[in-house]
Amino acid sequence: MSNQINKKFRIAFAIWWLLWFAVHYSVVFNYGATKLQAFADSSISNFLLAGACLLIINNMRYYLPRQEKYWYVLAISFGLAVVWLVVVRVLLWAIFKSETVYLAMVNVSSTLRYAVAFLMLGCMTTLSLLWYTQKEQKEMDARKTEAENLAKEAELFKLRQQLQPHFLFNSLNSISALVTTQPEQARKMVHQLSDFLRGTLKKEEHQLVNLDEELQYLELYLDIEKVRFGHRLSTQISCEETCRLLKLPPLLLQPVVENAIKFGLYDTTEDVTISIDAKKINNDLIITVTNPFDPETSSPKQGVGFGLSSVQRRLYLLFARNDLLQAKAENNFFITTVKIPQV
Amino acid sequence: MKTLIIDDEPLARSIVKEYLKDFPQIELMQECNDGFEGVKAIQQHQPDLIFLDIQMPKINGFEMLELIEKPPLVIFTTAFDEYAIKAFENHAVDYLLKPFSKERFNKAIAKFLDQSNTGTSKNNTQSLLEAVPASPVQNNRIVVKTAGKIKIIPVEEIHYLEASDDYVKIHTKEGNFLKNKTMGYFEQSLNPGQFVRTHRSYIVNVQLITRIEPYEKEGYLVILKTGAQVPVSKNGYAKLKQVLGM
Repeated sequence: MSNQINKKFRIAFAIWWLLWFAVHYSVVFNYGATKLQAFADSSISNFLLAGACLLIINNMRYYLPRQEKYWYVLAISFGLAVVWLVVVRVLLWAIFKSETVYLAMVNVSSTLRYAVAFLMLGCMTTLSLLWYTQKEQKEMDARKTEAENLAKEAELFKLRQQLQPHFLFNSLNSISALVTTQPEQARKMVHQLSDFLRGTLKKEEHQLVNLDEELQYLELYLDIEKVRFGHRLSTQISCEETCRLLKLPPLLLQPVVENAIKFGLYDTTEDVTISIDAKKINNDLIITVTNPFDPETSSPKQGVGFGLSSVQRRLYLLFARNDLLQAKAENNFFITTVKIPQV
Repeated sequence: MKTLIIDDEPLARSIVKEYLKDFPQIELMQECNDGFEGVKAIQQHQPDLIFLDIQMPKINGFEMLELIEKPPLVIFTTAFDEYAIKAFENHAVDYLLKPFSKERFNKAIAKFLDQSNTGTSKNNTQSLLEAVPASPVQNNRIVVKTAGKIKIIPVEEIHYLEASDDYVKIHTKEGNFLKNKTMGYFEQSLNPGQFVRTHRSYIVNVQLITRIEPYEKEGYLVILKTGAQVPVSKNGYAKLKQVLGM
């Protein structure tokens, strides 16, 4: 595409200068110069002027003035026209040293020549300025659209993640099973599930919440899982009194606990205990989530594998640190530690 | 007629059990908590129908089916499986999306009764497994049965694969295992950056290659860290060069 434009431009450019060469030639010839003089005059002038135009176009490709655009156009056309005129005159004088009549004519016509060159260069600068600005605008628009699309996709993905279809439908299925046999329990689970969903929907990304609140929310989630998996799941949540009012980003621990459930509960068949432990060390809130895993079916990688990268990313965006999330496997237990600096 | 329920959630099983009460001709033999139990129970009871969840501990529903030589008819019970639904539609007796109603359940049973009466069946489950987006990719593991035991092979432990009649022989440091699948299946489902089909009958884990030697005319041999030698065809050599960036 751009190659084609380039080719078209080159042809137009060449044709334009050939025409102008002819006009220049005939004007000089009609004013009484010889054919040779007219030819030399026209070719030197126009060749140099075309060169100056190319110089401007190329220059614009790499440097596009943003402020003082119009002064830039004026200054560059003015300056280049001066340089051009001097060079043309020097060359013509050097070639036709003894032909005073012709040189006199060159002298007289200097103003006109300058005016033409200035206009030509001015037009060329303006044109390429417009062309490149438009091109830049187009590229910027494309980038903007792409960024918007990416953001939209991310948003959709997040919404979907929040809804957790697997969890939601399985929970509804449990309720459906409970309705006939244990209606009270079914009703309780409807309430738990509603509270849980409300919690996911209302939270603002950037407002910090109390640890207390976040733990209650996690407990809700774990209680629902307990209904689904009978008494195979037990949980242990311990939190030092001093930590209860410490702050953390909302739903930050949710993926960590989901991960623990995924590998500790969904992928095992025995009774499992998932523990969450919160304490304060120096000025950091330290939360440790421990879950067993089955070494036969899942081999957790050391460090942050395990679908924890979103937590890592969020912590990085909030605190600009990459060392706040740590995960390790020890004797068939997977231990995730999240550190939240208290500001 | 005999049936089994294979699901890791007790409440989910209880609902199928409850709905089944209306069909006295279908006898529930056993409830299974995971795929391992499922394999054993299927061998033991030879059921005509199973209710199968996909997401289960140890091995998932598809991996379990792969281990059974003549799988019974299957009604899938699953909460959400965006990838497999197309395969269900084409090849399973039916699939029930949780939570499902009594009416929906009855419809599925009617379909099953119809199919088992007319005898249009058995290979259904085979074709389903071929149509399901491969499980090794999703889980990075391959499940095989060896000497009556179930073995889970993590994909990175595969040295190379070799075609062997109707089976594929999986070479690992713990020995060879046979899997009832085609080479094409593995070529498509394994990560092409790590596993290259070097030959009509071979797929190699490129991370284990120590050197490549010319062999006969136009052919090559790949030597693995384990000392194993794997043939490479002219075509395979081109693919190998591309993956290794030579």
